[in-house]
Amino acid sequence: MGAYLVRRSFLMVLTLFGMSVLIFVMLRLVPGNITDIIFDSAGFVNEKQKKKIEQQLGLDKPIVTQYANWIAGLAKGDLGYAYVSEKPAIDEILPRIPVTAKLAVLALVFSVLFGVPLGVISAVRQNTALDYCLRVVSLSGLSLPSFWLGLLILMAFVQWFGWIPIYQSDPGSLWKEIALLSIPAAAVGFRSSALLMRLTRSSMLEVLRQDYIRTARAKGASDQVVNYDHGLRNAMLPVVTIIGVEAAFLIGGLIVTETVFNIPGVARFLVEAIRWRDYPIVQNLVMFIAIVVVVVNFLVDMTYAMLDPRIRYES
Amino acid sequence: MAAVAPGAAAQPSPSSTQVLEVANLQTYFYTRGGLVKAVDGVSFSLVRGETLAIVGESGCGKSVTALSLMRLVADPPGRIVGGSLRLGSTDLLRLDEAAMRDIRGNRIAMIFQEPMTSLNPVMTIARQISEALMLHQNLSRGAALVRSIEMLHLVGIPEPAQRAKEYPHQLSGGMRQRAMIAMAVACNPEVLIADEPTSALDVTIQAQILEVIAKLRRELGTALILITHDLGIVAETAERVIVMYAGRKVEEAAVGRLFARPLHPYTSGLIHSIPRLALMRRESGPADGRLLEIPGMVPALSNLPPGCSFAPRCAHASELCRREYPPYEEKRPGQWAACWHPVVGDSGG
Amino acid sequence: MAALDHAAELEKAGANVSSRFGAMLFLARSYPLGAIGAVIMVGFLATALFAGAIASFDPFTINARDSLAPPGGAHMLGADFMGRDVFARIVYGARISLAVALGATLLGSLFGVSVGLMSGFIGGWFDLLVQRLIDIMQSLPLLVMALVMAASLGPSLTNTIIAIAIPLVPSVARVIRSNTLSLREMPYVEAARAVGMSELRIAVSHVLPNTLAPLIVLATAQLGSAILVESALSFLGLGVPEPHPSWGRMLSESAAEYVRTAPWLVIFPGIAISAVVFGTNLLGDAIRDMLDPRQRC
Repeated sequence: MGAYLVRRSFLMVLTLFGMSVLIFVMLRLVPGNITDIIFDSAGFVNEKQKKKIEQQLGLDKPIVTQYANWIAGLAKGDLGYAYVSEKPAIDEILPRIPVTAKLAVLALVFSVLFGVPLGVISAVRQNTALDYCLRVVSLSGLSLPSFWLGLLILMAFVQWFGWIPIYQSDPGSLWKEIALLSIPAAAVGFRSSALLMRLTRSSMLEVLRQDYIRTARAKGASDQVVNYDHGLRNAMLPVVTIIGVEAAFLIGGLIVTETVFNIPGVARFLVEAIRWRDYPIVQNLVMFIAIVVVVVNFLVDMTYAMLDPRIRYES
Repeated sequence: MAAVAPGAAAQPSPSSTQVLEVANLQTYFYTRGGLVKAVDGVSFSLVRGETLAIVGESGCGKSVTALSLMRLVADPPGRIVGGSLRLGSTDLLRLDEAAMRDIRGNRIAMIFQEPMTSLNPVMTIARQISEALMLHQNLSRGAALVRSIEMLHLVGIPEPAQRAKEYPHQLSGGMRQRAMIAMAVACNPEVLIADEPTSALDVTIQAQILEVIAKLRRELGTALILITHDLGIVAETAERVIVMYAGRKVEEAAVGRLFARPLHPYTSGLIHSIPRLALMRRESGPADGRLLEIPGMVPALSNLPPGCSFAPRCAHASELCRREYPPYEEKRPGQWAACWHPVVGDSGG
Repeated sequence: MAALDHAAELEKAGANVSSRFGAMLFLARSYPLGAIGAVIMVGFLATALFAGAIASFDPFTINARDSLAPPGGAHMLGADFMGRDVFARIVYGARISLAVALGATLLGSLFGVSVGLMSGFIGGWFDLLVQRLIDIMQSLPLLVMALVMAASLGPSLTNTIIAIAIPLVPSVARVIRSNTLSLREMPYVEAARAVGMSELRIAVSHVLPNTLAPLIVLATAQLGSAILVESALSFLGLGVPEPHPSWGRMLSESAAEYVRTAPWLVIFPGIAISAVVFGTNLLGDAIRDMLDPRQRC
């Protein structure tokens, strides 16, 4: 277990390093440099001002130095300068994190609460009417674009309550905030729960085909014991890793849903930064998302290792 | 010991010691390829403490027979469509699922082929043995644990108390199969089915495992059905042998008689295709000591020839064989076979 | 044991199917959801191919008089702010969706297959590098990666296809690589090597055809993802630019406002996206079940 932890940590650092290089390169695929784009969209070019900004951004330095400076800045918590609001980027990003975090946790809770039990039931009742219904529901869940689902929810609110659940920056109490956030969280979570349900179902079916399930039946164990004690115990292991996959999936949902519901979170800020073509901010935000995903996956792997005796007792 | 000595009447008459009687068992599979009669009218009986071997090539229906006895054939596509399975005075085919569960692991137990995959990887060995004990003998968790450790000791696992706490992947293949055996005999079943119990193991460990099974059978008086394709194991372990081909029983006799004077050409072929036995018996076959093989392959069970299923591979097959399935009859005292032209004369040395 | 009707049981299991039509009928009966998916996909293809014959309006014609005309009247599904016919735009939008879905999936598969095959065959440091790269790329959410690529490349149909194709590469590469590794150990591959066939020849003629089944399963799933990601990109204004009638784009134009005033502008394009993606998902599931024998029975 100790050796595994060390190996896995090393891998995480390696992934993050590679990720930073990838993001750095991806954002430099643009022909010309960032200042050109900033000035293009501004509609005028002042050579002197351009030079000044280039210097500020360190674009006059060699590419390797630029990369090193970026990483050094990240380590110090210096994320650069947001051009549109003319504030240090960190002051723009930090206050947006709690809202997105709450939304993400709510959505995850929603998806686990529905996805896992329904997936298990669907597998245990394979090829029954109930299984077919659940599969169609989960497939249709995966087929709805999450922004459209958000729009439909808004429409339903307008239709029935004549009111749109708009997020307020100061909702009063935490409970009120959670109540407000639970609507977009359901929009994000519905899709995630559909994914989780499908993956849980196939994981469970895979387990139910194993030899040890037959052994359990041969011992005279009831269907209940066979499915839920022998089966679920094994099926939950892959499901834990699936929740890691979910984290990445969820972020995609957050981006569009925050935009639809006008929630001032980090995910929407990424879209805004892209629209403003504020590439230093985009670079930092994407890196932030990558760190979140990689760390979540690391934690998931650690949980898996603790749950699976085959890794726990690794010699 | 109620065991029937080798050479005694191969087809024992129904008596108080008879534990299992299988009559005309039919297990069919409904597949896209057609109707597969995996087990087609197999009958046999078993007395207390006896070892019966069922042999045949893979696909002959021996494993499906075993699963049918436990009523564990996957449905769909498989189904037991006919016959009766009498365990003592109960007909297993008439039981509902709940009553059948009380039988499984309790009065009939099974040892599976793959010790690697047949044990639950996330449960301790003790827990897996205890399960059957707690289910069938109403033992408390603590009592079941104590009994599990005793069982592990009985099957010859060293440091049983320590091993009991471990997970399957921490044990070697041989140890896992011992644990599997401990699990199967935990409730002292009347019938123990061992489906290729040693095929997945190293040759050196095979003998040990067979010894453990034989010892338990002697000590517990369990009747054993040994399913195998290895005639060497049959010769060493069994008292009576059933030879299956294409879902049917083609020959049955006491083990000594069968090896000495096989009636069915298929049985004869099986025996002659085994190097060790042919050598041991210093006999027949081609004079230069070459092995004989059975030409051809097992026919597809969904598309059997109209007559004897073995006819296409049989050197002695006649027009009659291809037209009509031979009756299953007692050709010599205590030796039954389904063949129009049984191997005649003493093939022994 | 009640007497069983063997014939009826066999019919259920699908024996006695002889003609090709019979086989199709049997498939449709065994995978009813897949059959529905296939019908949806055929409808989608036909719509994209014969858009001109299906729509009676031109999707680009601006008509101030019809601005925000509700469904019913001359415009079956209403008109948008610029008075363009929603139905025509949805019908022509099928072309965009099809182009993006097919383009991105094919491009992604092409790269993924080449990288996966090479990784599995060359092995060593190359394989390690590719594996790490795959890990890294899979750590970024599909949409985030596509967003960044799209933003970098600038808005155009081709760039949208590329921006979606690249994030699809790692999952294809991973599947092909693991298949290649196991296929390489197969006796017939060893035999081909023993008779002196070159590695490249083995890769192309022995390994590649055998990775086709998992590739088809994956690609069908990716068709749906590609359509969804395109719609999200276009919704956020970073995908296919105007005046292309992209379904996602149709939803973006102040959609939150139209939720109150012109719900038809929100409902119909969304239904189009969902229906097509639903179709690919149904079909993909059925294909997976068919090709994966363990899922059967």
